Amino acid sequence: MEDKGFLSNAVKGVELNRRSFLKWNAALGGAAALATGGLTASQMALKAAAAGAETVVPTSCAHNCGGRCRILVHVQDGVIKRLTTDDRPDTLEDPQLRACQRGRSYRQRVYHTDRLKYPLKRVGKRGDGQYERISWDEAIATVAEAMQRIKDEYGPEAFINHYASGADGMQGAGTSSRLLNLFGGALNEYGSYSAACWEYMLPRVLGTFTTANSRDDWKNSKLIVMFGYNPMEMVGGTNTMYYLKQAKQAGAKVIVIDPRQSMTAVWADEWIPIHPGTDVALIAALAYVMISEGLHDQEFLDTYTSGFDDAHLPEGIPNGNSYKSYVMGDQDDQPKTPEWAEAITGVSRERIVRLARELALTKPAAIYQGWGGQRRAYGEQFVHAGITLAAMTGNIGISGGSAGTGGMTSRYLPTGSLGVPNPIKLAISTFTWTDAIVRGTEMGAADGVEGLADGQETLPYNIKFIYNNAGNALINQHGDINKTKEILADDSLVEFIVTHEQFMTPSAKFSDIILPATTWMETESMTTSWVMGDTVYYMNKVIEPLFECKPDFEICALIADQLGLGDQYRDGKETHEDWIREWTAGLKDVDPTFDFDTFKANGVHVVLYDKPAIGLSEFRADPEANALSTPSGKIEIFCQAKWAADDPVEIPAVASYIPEWEGPQSDLVAQYPLQIQGHHFHARSHSTYDNIEWLRESMPQRLFMNPVDADARGIEDGDKVRIFNDRGEVIIPVRVTKRIMPGVLDLPQGAWYDPDENGIDRAGCINVLTSHHPTPFAKGTSQHTNLVEVEKA
Amino acid sequence: MAKQLAFYYDQSVCTGCKACQVACKDDNDLSSGIIWRRVVEINGGDWIKQGATWGQNIFTYHLSLSCNHCEEGICLEVCPTGAMHKREDGVVLIDEDKCIGCRYCEWACPYEAPQYNDDKGKMSKCDFCYNYIDEGLPPACVAACPMRALDFGELSELQAKYGLVDNIYPMPDPSLTKPAIVITPHADAALAGAEGVSIGNVEEI
Ligand code: SF4
Ligand code: SF4
Ligand code: SF4
Repeated sequence: MEDKGFLSNAVKGVELNRRSFLKWNAALGGAAALATGGLTASQMALKAAAAGAETVVPTSCAHNCGGRCRILVHVQDGVIKRLTTDDRPDTLEDPQLRACQRGRSYRQRVYHTDRLKYPLKRVGKRGDGQYERISWDEAIATVAEAMQRIKDEYGPEAFINHYASGADGMQGAGTSSRLLNLFGGALNEYGSYSAACWEYMLPRVLGTFTTANSRDDWKNSKLIVMFGYNPMEMVGGTNTMYYLKQAKQAGAKVIVIDPRQSMTAVWADEWIPIHPGTDVALIAALAYVMISEGLHDQEFLDTYTSGFDDAHLPEGIPNGNSYKSYVMGDQDDQPKTPEWAEAITGVSRERIVRLARELALTKPAAIYQGWGGQRRAYGEQFVHAGITLAAMTGNIGISGGSAGTGGMTSRYLPTGSLGVPNPIKLAISTFTWTDAIVRGTEMGAADGVEGLADGQETLPYNIKFIYNNAGNALINQHGDINKTKEILADDSLVEFIVTHEQFMTPSAKFSDIILPATTWMETESMTTSWVMGDTVYYMNKVIEPLFECKPDFEICALIADQLGLGDQYRDGKETHEDWIREWTAGLKDVDPTFDFDTFKANGVHVVLYDKPAIGLSEFRADPEANALSTPSGKIEIFCQAKWAADDPVEIPAVASYIPEWEGPQSDLVAQYPLQIQGHHFHARSHSTYDNIEWLRESMPQRLFMNPVDADARGIEDGDKVRIFNDRGEVIIPVRVTKRIMPGVLDLPQGAWYDPDENGIDRAGCINVLTSHHPTPFAKGTSQHTNLVEVEKA
Repeated sequence: MAKQLAFYYDQSVCTGCKACQVACKDDNDLSSGIIWRRVVEINGGDWIKQGATWGQNIFTYHLSLSCNHCEEGICLEVCPTGAMHKREDGVVLIDEDKCIGCRYCEWACPYEAPQYNDDKGKMSKCDFCYNYIDEGLPPACVAACPMRALDFGELSELQAKYGLVDNIYPMPDPSLTKPAIVITPHADAALAGAEGVSIGNVEEI
């Protein structure tokens, strides 16, 4: 009763009545009924006419989000009628694996009127998007011939199976990787767009990738501090928010530090806005407070880490190079005080002091860092700083704590893949592939090339052949689209590009041959809950392939046939099921309850663990016997690998704040005063799902802008605005919202680049504005580090 | 007391993810522009310049709403044909055979639950997934929610368990229709009137 009165009073005076409520829909009204959502009229008719019994086919959504969710597909007379999600009993120990809005909208994707229907051959200039229909025979022969010719003329090192994450298991990039590797190999790519700095730094600082506690341990944390971690929108694991809910209900306080009030931050107990790219400065100031007030865990640091203070530097390293020296300003005369950090981060000095005390005194506390913070100019420092903070608070290797990493748990399920060894050892960092097209033969160790043979200085060839299988990173997801376009449009550089796709994506438009691939509802596959290590899915085939589409595996097998590699490619197996049976054979060792037939029938098997997995717990228990595989055997707060890079300005050995090349401290700010980043949008999984009507309606693409910045430019909510820098220009409607800090813009990544006749993107694709500049050490992407200006269009 | 089915909504754990909205759209084949379960984003607070930094007291919460199957639905009163009717369990339904598409219910309902279906020339709205309910299954939106924020049951039982809140901003005065909904409010929802709140996602709802 009390609540009711309280709320009634609260809403009084805000002009709340029926009419104002009606304004909700002013923009939509009755006239807004647009075309039926993706279903063709014939499909609709089929649905209506369907009279046969309904069957339910269990499968899983499997695109490149962090989740993997159970989808039950209701089919009648061969037509998908509707989707439901997990219907197993919902318990805390084994919660239902409920799909998000993306998975729920999949019917619109399968039956989209824009599906590619048959193989296509480019007829105009590369990138112009002019294609003609060809037969599968011609398509397969053309790809096989190009592969043979380019291998003969150059060598396998001129091939890449480009980074592509749109499909999984028996689908996607794994199928073409197998093909290329059997054909002689290809240039490897290490790292990823997602987590290049994590992947590079973790082995060097912690000696392992698997450092985080499993999510069922989160309820044991008293405080959870997330630096740019946004599991809600990107979906960092099915049920991750549900585990966080339980942690919160068990009493954990959740703080999110992010320039934008993400949907995770909205949901958390507190949001601390921070200038993009300055987390490392904040962490240095937290360290300063802890050191000054004696709050850090000296015993942990002495036992488990190397290089926190000068007394614990590796042999031969001069004093003054420890993290403590950096924080106290021994070398640069700049103590990293809260006042210093306030000016850089925008977080008030009072809040910094309070956060330092909260973090140091609340035991146990878990620090989580998202991956977005390392897709920036000095992403390596971001990663290193978080681990340093976790170490200073002694929260590593214990229940309720965390090693400060991006959430990779130490649970692992042994499942197989299509992978075969690549005879080529040479590797580039994923993000540098455009470089390797233009100047591969000049790229050596300094450019991040790995696997060079003795006496070999550079790559032997520029990239000449690209296999793009279920990916949109040729154009859409790579930095600086206008520059990338120029490189790819020149077919004397890359001589052949083949793409497997379901839609004419911006990347597909740069292919010489496009092969129409089935969605996961039209084939059989398998997937896992990735780093969570608890769930495997049998992705049953729901319907027959539409039009002339073929599963990726079949496509590559046909090419292999042409190249005389068909038997090796198929490995004596006749069906996808044969493969999946082989891949899951080892699961019985982990979980004796695993039974293949039940797995296939249910479409899912969940491994239930009797206790949470605690990252680095063995090291914590006995650091001598379980020394880390780092040079010191300890947590490298002073990173010897960074020191060896001999670039103290851009690759300092301890986690140091470095102003970004495009940031508020750079000269460019006079011309382009606003920082822009592109978060993972909940309406898409990267670029997948961008063309889905239900999702476009649910969360339309907008530029997010603070009212302070909008007012200064005479911009109002809903206006079309021009976002531009020297690299390109976008025109898109703006959402003026308080949910982002002044000076910062957010243009959700993944919208399908759509240039008008003047080359101005009308879709809101952030990569028109991003660059090819790699991070100094990991050579990872820095696509969140950009300056722009905005004006009313 | 007459039986009255109702929704329970734990606003305090809702993330605004809209799995409920899209599950509903898929289940009911709703074309664009018709959203039976909408998720409203509500913002309040301000940015305040404090020396070199910006202070703020910004808050945001979500409100997932469908038809509330009100005890005293105005739609029932204004419908000239009797197409809008209430089942024995309190679920408010549209009889498409009787509906003439006059849109009075759309105009009258303070929640804008009834929405006009252009293709059919009829009104449409949340039907509480009565086909599932009748089979003993939860409505599609309830079964979809990744946060387990939605539930349903007998109104009086939900009220006994969770209280009587049914009027979070921007919901209208509940005395207009007596909505069959019980809400556990978001911690910031109470701040609504004080700071001047507004809908943040007008173009989405
Ligand atoms: S997109 Fe990701 S989170 Fe959403 S249903 Fe698919 S797998 Fe699950
Ligand atoms: S599905 Fe649940 S958490 Fe998501 S918006 Fe709907 S009610 Fe909120
Ligand atoms: S009860 Fe059914 S019709 Fe109503 S909002 Fe939920 S899913 Fe939609």
